[in-house]
Amino acid sequence: MSKHDTHADHHHEELPFWRKYIFSVDHKVIGVQYTITALVFLMFGFALMMIMRWQLAYPGQPIPFIGKYLGDTIALDGILSGDGYNAFGAMHGTIMVFLAIVPLGVGGFGNYVLPLQIGAPDMAFPRLNMASYWIYLPGGIIMLASFFMPGGAANSGWTSYAPLSVIATTGQTMWLLGMVFLITSSLLGSVNFIVTAVQLRAKGLSFFRLPFFVWAQLVTSFLLLLAFPPLEAAAVLQLMDRVAGTSFFMPTGLVVSGVEQAHLSGGGSPLLWQHLFWFLAHPEVYVLILPALGIISEIIATNTRKPLWGYKSLVYSAIFLGFMSFIVWAHHMFMTGMGTTLSTFFQATTMIISVPSVIILTCLIISLYGASIRFTVPMLFALSFLPMFAIGGLTGLPLGLTASDIHLHDTYYVIGHFHYVVAPGTIFAVFAGIYHWFPKVTGRMMNSTLGRLHWFFSFIFINGVFMPMLFQGMAGILRRQYDQSEQLHGASAQGLSVMVSWSAWLLFVAQIPFIINFFWSIWKGQKVGANPWEATTLEWAAPSPPPHGNFDTVPVVYCGPYEYSVPGKKTDFCPQHVVA
Amino acid sequence: MSHHEMTAEEVSHHVRTYLKVFGALLVLTVITVGVFYLHLPIVGAVVVALIVASIKGSLVACYFMHLISERGLIYWILALCALFFVVLLLLPVITDHEAVGTVTH
Amino acid sequence: MSAAVAIPHDMEPHPVTGMYNGKFGLWLFLASEVMLFGALFSSYVLLRMGAPEGTWPKHGAEILNVPLATFNTVVLITSSVTMVMAWAALKMNNIARGQLFLTVTFLLAGAFLVVKYFEYSEKFNHFEVWLKEPMVVDGNSVSSIRGHLAKDCPPLTKETHIRAFAIPEFILLDPDAPAGSKEHPPTLRIDGGNIRRISDFGPAHSTFLATYFTLTGLHGLHIIGGMVVILYFMLTGSRFAQKRPDKYADRIECTGLYWHFVDLVWIFLFPVLYLL
Repeated sequence: MSKHDTHADHHHEELPFWRKYIFSVDHKVIGVQYTITALVFLMFGFALMMIMRWQLAYPGQPIPFIGKYLGDTIALDGILSGDGYNAFGAMHGTIMVFLAIVPLGVGGFGNYVLPLQIGAPDMAFPRLNMASYWIYLPGGIIMLASFFMPGGAANSGWTSYAPLSVIATTGQTMWLLGMVFLITSSLLGSVNFIVTAVQLRAKGLSFFRLPFFVWAQLVTSFLLLLAFPPLEAAAVLQLMDRVAGTSFFMPTGLVVSGVEQAHLSGGGSPLLWQHLFWFLAHPEVYVLILPALGIISEIIATNTRKPLWGYKSLVYSAIFLGFMSFIVWAHHMFMTGMGTTLSTFFQATTMIISVPSVIILTCLIISLYGASIRFTVPMLFALSFLPMFAIGGLTGLPLGLTASDIHLHDTYYVIGHFHYVVAPGTIFAVFAGIYHWFPKVTGRMMNSTLGRLHWFFSFIFINGVFMPMLFQGMAGILRRQYDQSEQLHGASAQGLSVMVSWSAWLLFVAQIPFIINFFWSIWKGQKVGANPWEATTLEWAAPSPPPHGNFDTVPVVYCGPYEYSVPGKKTDFCPQHVVA
Repeated sequence: MSHHEMTAEEVSHHVRTYLKVFGALLVLTVITVGVFYLHLPIVGAVVVALIVASIKGSLVACYFMHLISERGLIYWILALCALFFVVLLLLPVITDHEAVGTVTH
Repeated sequence: MSAAVAIPHDMEPHPVTGMYNGKFGLWLFLASEVMLFGALFSSYVLLRMGAPEGTWPKHGAEILNVPLATFNTVVLITSSVTMVMAWAALKMNNIARGQLFLTVTFLLAGAFLVVKYFEYSEKFNHFEVWLKEPMVVDGNSVSSIRGHLAKDCPPLTKETHIRAFAIPEFILLDPDAPAGSKEHPPTLRIDGGNIRRISDFGPAHSTFLATYFTLTGLHGLHIIGGMVVILYFMLTGSRFAQKRPDKYADRIECTGLYWHFVDLVWIFLFPVLYLL
């Protein structure tokens, strides 16, 4: 709302506030919007889990401080109810996967960094980009609004298995509607990312000169593009089951609480839901992890001052990983009785898909060898990412083998396994990325002491949360149980539950330095120039923060992405846009 | 820039192709419905109907959507898409049909 | 929109793909649409192959109206032709002709929806009653009866929580004429006590009709989406085309790609749902 005549000068037009920061078409503003929104959702999902952890550590005792504010349906007399527990569990999973991690990795980092790294002025379709965000946000709000529906939020788990989900309370309908919004947003986003990465690369930036981050985003976008529609189809079918009384997932002769469901036409297949759901949800795992691997690669290259070891192996592995992720989905369904032949096939593909993951991890670890590492805050997160991701990946192997899966299926071992991939894995990568690109976004550094505090305690407590779960799972304690101490083997492992819960609450305390650091650094952080990390990729060629349109002059690329410590050069880094 | 410099002659050539394709599509529609009234056995009916539909679909994709004059990359992307489409269509084949539609105890 | 940044390859094709951004993006979007309809087709095959004996019609034509659908197929194919003709006219810088073809496309799409409306409403006025004990109709013992509600039949109510018709005290049904005859059997009175289930021929009737309504409904939504875009270009197109004819032709080409895809989906839906 400047006093100047905004129509007079077309080159220096001041956009009104709402066009500049709210309905902006600038990929950087949209990236920041995604990041902030997703961090809020991340916090909310974490809060739900912290409440659930009280019930698991101290079953049947009133929740201190907040129990009395949760309302009678969720917590009568301050004690978390079974239905409340189920709703919190389902929403924790949904929020973390669809509203927090994917929007952070793709919507946030992808949006902000990808156009900069390829030397583009913006995304290929800026207005579509804005639409993606403004479809994502209502999707998230619909999800959260479901807590206020009669019967509360969706409570059939984040996987929404039928027929349970079809007969569930109204919250499930909201969940489905929310999913349709989120899927649409992701689809628009992925189209935008692919077109941008293919068509808007700067002159000289051939495919094999792309930073690995861009490759990771490109593969991720293809996964979103081709794997999400089947879930959208499944959501539409379940919506029809719930709203129009159809029986896509409801078998003939279904009996609910002793009453035969005679009003149903029947003939549906509960397994169909599982197939369609996991057809998305397995590629989704790689949607969660690939952007994280991209972020970590950038940070490792910058802080080891060496080219990444095996860049081409990384790229081909990422592509192969993306491809294979479409034919492993049924390893989530070994226990459905789908037959041994089929199980054997999916067991084999699952073992195959672990190979490219191991190649990527190996390349990143070998990159450290012989380096004089700069132990910056992002590098600390990146270095702890590597073993955490390794634990997450390797604990997955016993789940992919049908014989051992019989024992481990649906136990806390599964929870421990995939949380090692996404929590100290992807979320650590997200923190690493925030510390790494914060100076680009704001022009200021984040405080290193607070950052180290944040890293150290997060690293300790996050292992305190997930390591005991692996042991609990091997002891046979099932996931999604409201009160595991009711069973003998559960009661004997109750001490571990208390440890997990306290670690989780302390993990929250460990985030306080980050929150303080984040806001303090926006206004008070040390001012830096365009390239504070002395990195090579194109985003560091733009001013910090980059203006609308990104680059002062259109960059031309002369070399590969990780030209560090090239012998015979004055500096230990050769930026991509500088003539060698 | 060749894309934007199509001559009027080229375009009118295109138009003639469109009308031919239109005719072919109408004939194929009549064939589909005609074959239905012959009441072939189910396997034959499915094969004929899907072959005719595929020809019609290909005509639309190749000529109306100009796929026939596009270049490399899009074919690879569509091939990838077609491959995963086939994987999806394998779902019914790999599912144990005893388990579909009834509750097993 | 002076705040907009100039995006490379907004108009001229990129050497790697041979396409400008919009067209490449649209093809990617269509690839995802293939997966969407692919998943639904796959569900259809799975449910049909696993359908319990006698719950799936021998072919869709037993329930659905083939002549109307054939007519609709022709309408949609024609609309595809007029769409591509609109693009060709714009390529030849004949804006008036292009806009005319666009309008014809819009009207044909509207005609498709009107026919669909009649098809749908016929289904919602047609009922089937499944009986607990078989009844004798026209000399045959039957366990389910199809027909229309008689004029003086008390209105049926729906139980909201299970989204199905409540079993009434009794109903008066005009049964359908048996195959090969035009004569309707006399109106039947069926007691609620003998009714196991009652449903119109809507989505809840059977898994076949559920699939039919879901697939054609989703296709119909695609038609409506396309119509909204075409309407927008009908209203604003000629002014834009005066200023930037090439850009406008590109936009119509992209709209056309989408529209042909919607046509293509119907080309498969028609035989699969109606004829097989």
